[in-house]
Amino acid sequence: MKALFFDRSQPATGGWQRGAQTGKALAVHAVLLTYTVIALFPILLVLINSLKSRKAIFRDPLGLPSLDTLNLGGFEQVLLRSDFGLYACNSLVVTILAVGLVLLLGAMAAWALTEYRFRGNLLLAFLFAMGIMIPIRLGTVSILNLMVQLHLVNTLTALVLVYIAQGLPLAVYILSEFIRTIPKELKEAARCDGISEYKIFFAVILPLLRPAMATVAVFTMIPIWNDLWFPLILAPGEESRTITLGVQQFVGQYVTDWNAVLSSLTLAIVPVLVLYLIFSRQLIRGLTAGAVK
Amino acid sequence: MKHSERRPFPWHILFFLLPGLAIYLVFSVYPLLDTLRMSFYGDAADGGHAFVGLRNFVTLLTDSTWSDAFWNALKNNFEFFFIHMLLQNPIGLLLAVLLSLPKLRLRNTYRTLIFMPTMLSVVIIGFIWQLILSPIWGIAENFMYGIGLGNHFDSWLGKEGTALITLGLISVWQFVGIPMMLIYASLLNIPDEIVDASVVDGANPLQTFFYVKLPLILPTIAMVSILTFVANFNAFELIYAVKGALAGPNFSTDIMGTLFYRTFFGFQLQQGSPTMGAAVATLMFLIILAGVMVFLLVVQRRINRFQL
Repeated sequence: MKALFFDRSQPATGGWQRGAQTGKALAVHAVLLTYTVIALFPILLVLINSLKSRKAIFRDPLGLPSLDTLNLGGFEQVLLRSDFGLYACNSLVVTILAVGLVLLLGAMAAWALTEYRFRGNLLLAFLFAMGIMIPIRLGTVSILNLMVQLHLVNTLTALVLVYIAQGLPLAVYILSEFIRTIPKELKEAARCDGISEYKIFFAVILPLLRPAMATVAVFTMIPIWNDLWFPLILAPGEESRTITLGVQQFVGQYVTDWNAVLSSLTLAIVPVLVLYLIFSRQLIRGLTAGAVK
Repeated sequence: MKHSERRPFPWHILFFLLPGLAIYLVFSVYPLLDTLRMSFYGDAADGGHAFVGLRNFVTLLTDSTWSDAFWNALKNNFEFFFIHMLLQNPIGLLLAVLLSLPKLRLRNTYRTLIFMPTMLSVVIIGFIWQLILSPIWGIAENFMYGIGLGNHFDSWLGKEGTALITLGLISVWQFVGIPMMLIYASLLNIPDEIVDASVVDGANPLQTFFYVKLPLILPTIAMVSILTFVANFNAFELIYAVKGALAGPNFSTDIMGTLFYRTFFGFQLQQGSPTMGAAVATLMFLIILAGVMVFLLVVQRRINRFQL
């Protein structure tokens, strides 16, 4: 039993001690398992029931879909009554463009701020750092004004621009920290060879930043994909709706159609979960960065 | 540099810095400053805006048609924050401590699965829990009967007394992964020698935790607290998704984010006002700034003494 929960590598101890150890291990696993169930149950419940007929959803909510109860009508309704494909596409375009530009512009700015000494350097670094703590949302009134003046309301461009501004502070911070760890000799050697500053950055430094960029990408991507505030305010139009806003509006409209509601939630959940399970290793490594001993 | 007098203008610095800086300045720094400025303006007779000094703030804080809503939202927001501090962060700490136990099997699996809800949109999470707690579906009700507490079931999201707490718990459920991960990372960072030394000195596991590990992870706990504070005073989506912009029943779930949204865009009979919206945003800015300052000046400085 013990081997199931803990590695066997510990030296064998007395019988009663081993018993206590196993008991402790069981208690630890009981707590972690309980919490894992609490964390997963609501999500699984939605996924399972989205595949069932309306009757089965209410009669046996905890049951898995069987041949009798399998019903994909909800998904049909969602795809029929709303432009889910378009919303997903919008979200994808906004997220990819914003994250890509945050990475590129963030790395360039971080390089300029950490590599070169110039007037106002510290002030600018501080200005970027402020953005980590002060939410960009507080400037919404003026952002909307600005977008109206630029004729960008109801365009994906408006969202991309705001999300770049939102993502840059953390990107500059994380990438600056990383750039500081790059050995000086590398840059000096390149400079001695007469390579231009542009080429040093794009050919030497940028490839080295890849691991830190993965972290930044994940941190930037999640809030953008999940955001409701800016799509609701800057781009609520049918054509520019993102998936989070699309689901919110759809569920609001068809509250009573349980099949459709559960299916729309499932459609919004599944892509994120699949991506998460693929990239969870990188993500967790990023979150616990520096913790690898 | 020897040739500093004849050094050409550093175009490369401009090239690297300008694109990012320009977007950041135009779409983040300027709007924030402009919002602060606008909070001192009001609607003028000619349809434009006129400088009114502190009038918006006086109205918000003292005129009962506005101030009732403001103080209610502020009080609710603090309640929302305290729910997170009392539950989310301690549960996150407990899970982190368990996950960091040596020779634990399935560590990565637990970590990945418990963090999963954090990845999903707050809007989706709000809807999921709304369905689960709905008396129509009866999932929560049946569960309560199952553990013998059936009579205590109520439509918690619909009652004035319990709606905010319920929403707070939903939010705690979703975000517990963040304190868990950050604290877990800082627990891994504690050098083995220090822990070994305390064990050699005869400390039991609890003593080791409270006297050795806890002081060392205090900076992380402080950081988690300030992140929680900023996120909570900036929250909006969960309330909007579950209860709408009116934050019902009877504004019992209204927090600063929803108040800001309603003030800016208007709702039902009340007309939206950009300048009053800016004033609410300015007060939110001051609250968040105060929180960050407390963190930087008081907490951080005290904690530094413990650092290695």
